[in-house]
Amino acid sequence: MTKPKRVTLFIQCIVDSCFPEVGEAMVKVLERQGLTLDYPPDQTCCGQPAFNAGYRDEAARLALHYLDVFEHAEVIVCPSGSCVNMVRHHYMELFAKDPRLLERAKRVAAKTFEFTEFLVDVLGVTDVGATWNGAVTYHDSCHLLRGLGVKDQPRALLSKVRGLTLVEMTRSDECCGFGGTFSAKYPEISEALLETKLTNIQATGTGAVVGCDMGCLMHMQGMIHRRELPISVHHIAEILAGEK
Amino acid sequence: MLNQDPLKYRELAAKAVQDKQLHKALGKLRDKFGRNAVNLYNQLSPEHDPRQDAKAVRRKIVDNLDVVLETLSTNIQARGGHVHLADTGEDAVKYCLNVARRHEVSRVVKGKSMLSEEIHLNDALEAAGIETVETDLGEYIVQLKGEAPSHIIAPAIHYTREQVGELFAEKLGEPYTDDPPTLTAMARKALREKMLSADMGISGGNTACAETGHVTIVSNEGNIRMATTMPRVHIVLLGIEKIAATLEDHDILLRMLTRAAAGQKISTYVSYVGGPRLPGEPDGPEEFHLVLVDNGRSRILADPDFREVLHCVRCGGCLNVCPVYMAIGGHSYGSPYCGPIGAVFTPLTQGINTCHHLCQGETLCGACKQVCPVDNDLPRMLSLLRSKLADGDKRWDVRPQSLPTKLAFGAWSVVMRHRGLYDAMSLLAEFCQRFLPRKNGWIRRLPGPLGGWTRGRDFPPLAKKSFARRWARRDTTRRDA
Repeated sequence: MTKPKRVTLFIQCIVDSCFPEVGEAMVKVLERQGLTLDYPPDQTCCGQPAFNAGYRDEAARLALHYLDVFEHAEVIVCPSGSCVNMVRHHYMELFAKDPRLLERAKRVAAKTFEFTEFLVDVLGVTDVGATWNGAVTYHDSCHLLRGLGVKDQPRALLSKVRGLTLVEMTRSDECCGFGGTFSAKYPEISEALLETKLTNIQATGTGAVVGCDMGCLMHMQGMIHRRELPISVHHIAEILAGEK
Repeated sequence: MLNQDPLKYRELAAKAVQDKQLHKALGKLRDKFGRNAVNLYNQLSPEHDPRQDAKAVRRKIVDNLDVVLETLSTNIQARGGHVHLADTGEDAVKYCLNVARRHEVSRVVKGKSMLSEEIHLNDALEAAGIETVETDLGEYIVQLKGEAPSHIIAPAIHYTREQVGELFAEKLGEPYTDDPPTLTAMARKALREKMLSADMGISGGNTACAETGHVTIVSNEGNIRMATTMPRVHIVLLGIEKIAATLEDHDILLRMLTRAAAGQKISTYVSYVGGPRLPGEPDGPEEFHLVLVDNGRSRILADPDFREVLHCVRCGGCLNVCPVYMAIGGHSYGSPYCGPIGAVFTPLTQGINTCHHLCQGETLCGACKQVCPVDNDLPRMLSLLRSKLADGDKRWDVRPQSLPTKLAFGAWSVVMRHRGLYDAMSLLAEFCQRFLPRKNGWIRRLPGPLGGWTRGRDFPPLAKKSFARRWARRDTTRRDA
């Protein structure tokens, strides 16, 4: 696609209500690229929590809301791989039996991008002029990696950040154990997966983990906070907005 | 061996996540096989994804299963073999028992067969007074221990060699050792005696080929060769879906199977069986039976949404990359088919309500799909099973699982469609959260069903001002400026 001048923000529910600073960091990075930003005020959630729990009618209502809100945007950018995966892939399942809605969903899905995918694949940018002093490791979020195929883009962006060293962890692509309502329903299993993930993060010796999805990052931070572990957690937008 | 109790699942899983020895054993499996499979596929065909060829082959076969089954049966019967189509597990068991009785069988040696676990064949044979001996080393170990297999391909993967040494010392009266070659030799000695004196061999099959009328069995121990050729009678148990139509299809699938299952280009032994010993042949059974088992499979076949699960070649590859399987081990699933494939297949055959924990106790991370040699979309089917539980489904006899959850998501979807309502609820929640126990701002204990999260993790508080409010203020400031 041609390089857009105007971008519409989709700030998913978790970032909107719990981590607004992540949304603001993304805004900063995008504005530095000379883009004009829109934020449709009616936006809320893509419907993923309901979809993953099996409540498809409820998810479809939210999907329809998303289509209504974003239909007229030129291009939509969201700081979450799993929300974009929901829009790009699961909306098609939700609307499979309604050709008219399916067509609308396809059109909107084709212009919805995850943040790092948008920077690298659409804008063709890897150096956003950021500085971040220190070493970090990168966690591949499941839906971003296996749903959208985004693996190299975040790494390319991180490699151009001045002062930053990326140290890969063992099995960076292994799930952190979040899985939506699964994490509250099967806490023993979910925590076991998370412990493995945190052990692999700590083994890098970086003391910092970067990711592209606040769902996973919030999950990690939850245990780090509870156990007072010396690991800092960052959404990639915060690193790319970094001036320190 | 089946235990589909949701509470038991959580209990077993909670115990297994503490089991360091289990994780050590499974970690080896993951590092050796799990991730290596994809590299091996890529080496097979660097230009395009060979999984797609295998998928296309499986789809074609499953979509034409009636014709393929008939060709297979005709070709085996032409060679003097017997073919029986068993609608249910009980029917298959009854058939095996009848054959055994007719031949006055007192000892059966078995090749590894997950299908025989599915239909509880060993229990039935033992109950009929027939000694039944597993000849696959891993199966032999779990049988001696009185347990079920914990992995589709590696049944005793949860054991360390020290534990096997203790088991053999106790059950075989051998001196204790933890040296694997010595332990293997002990098992071989014990098993060879059984093989030489068995009246009947029962094996599974990795795939059949309809065109040639044979069943293919892969193994790395040589036990299959003995168990299928030495006894007077040989019975093969095969799921109705585990068939290739042509030899060409068969080869495409076999190539993927050994890579996916054990990181091997080809297994040490590949046995082809397809009938009794013919005149002039030096070995083979006098009588050969192929039991094709349905046991719920045609019900899956009839539903286009789930038909894909019948493409599975039972390589166990999805277990080796599944982080949940790695954490809880095979026994927690309470079913012979564990891991991601079990989480889809078991509910479909044992009842979706009964097995709801299997399809809900997963993270939908997608690692299973990535490694599957036939590119089965297991996460899609897990998600679909959850939707049946959410809203019920007459065709699958599913009752809606939870009215309160349904109402909660219903209310949530109304709130989320109206930004004003969403903002009002956020403000209310932001106010209420101050009454929850907190530490450095993060919430230590959440109420109700969310409490599971705060068992071992803190939860982030809602921000004082949402992104939307911050943006609105920024816009106003800019307009004013």
